[in-house]
Amino acid sequence: MEFTILLAVTAISLIISLISDRKKTEKALLMAMKRFRKLLLPLLLMVLSMTIILAFISPELISNNLTEQKTGIAALTAALFGSIMLIPGFIAFPLGGILRNSGVPYIVIGAFTSTLMMVGIVTIPVERQYLGLKVAIVRNIIYLGIALLTALVTGIAYGEIFV
Amino acid sequence: MNKKNIIMTILLSIMILLIIVLYVFSPETGEKIGNAFSTNILTMLKILPLVFILIALFEVWVKKEKVEKHLGEKGGLRSFLWVVILGGTTIGPMIVALPVAASLYRKGARLSVIFTYLGAAAVCRIPMTIFETSYLGVKFTIIRYSVALPLIIVSSVIMGRILNRSGYKIQEE
Repeated sequence: MEFTILLAVTAISLIISLISDRKKTEKALLMAMKRFRKLLLPLLLMVLSMTIILAFISPELISNNLTEQKTGIAALTAALFGSIMLIPGFIAFPLGGILRNSGVPYIVIGAFTSTLMMVGIVTIPVERQYLGLKVAIVRNIIYLGIALLTALVTGIAYGEIFV
Repeated sequence: MNKKNIIMTILLSIMILLIIVLYVFSPETGEKIGNAFSTNILTMLKILPLVFILIALFEVWVKKEKVEKHLGEKGGLRSFLWVVILGGTTIGPMIVALPVAASLYRKGARLSVIFTYLGAAAVCRIPMTIFETSYLGVKFTIIRYSVALPLIIVSSVIMGRILNRSGYKIQEE
């Protein structure tokens, strides 16, 4: 669905651009190709590491590690899983739902989904291409802090901690 | 080949070697990884060229002054609203948001606004939010937004200030 929209938008924009100015459009396509080519190596690295990690960390392993733990430890474990993994929302949130149904507190689920979205160790090869290594690492550390804080507030709001 | 590429090539070779070893000792795991890898890389190769074409078209057609006026140094607080909306409607993972951010930078958007965009693209993508609320409830999403979003903006402003002083540039080498 997302892909179809993206494809349609790109095709329409490209046709309009071609009709309006052929030279400009050619320049744009050349630019796009050049940039895409430069991204190939870090992209390959990212997808490969993501695939290897996913082969060893299954959803079962995650839920096993999060259900039988003290809340604090479970939340930190969840943050660790979330930081090293890269999985799309349509897998992550159903998993969150399953965890919830098996009694995992919201603070733990929050730590998992927030770090999943905001922190990406496997994305660093790509991120450094744009932001530089130092800023990429700093951004990930800051966002890890924000994700943990978000989980903490979630735990308080649901009355799971400090009550 | 520069130093960065050499490091990446070495890392890649190690991983490929690891997969080959896995194949030898456990063909089942090896095959699983092989299948997952081809699915993942194909998805990326399907989406990314389109993203790059759209970005390049944006760059040849939209004037720098226009972006600068709304997202540049004189854009004011409203810049943040624009990029949060832009981030929320960005399709796909971080890897899509990064080239968009680099493009906004070339068009004169200020650093704090660009980092806010990256954060918003991570935290408030609309399709993802719909998924989240249906599985975990609206309350969960509201808490997440109200804690993460302000912190993202504050940290982006701080990062922007510090990096501006040190002459930092976003590049797309």
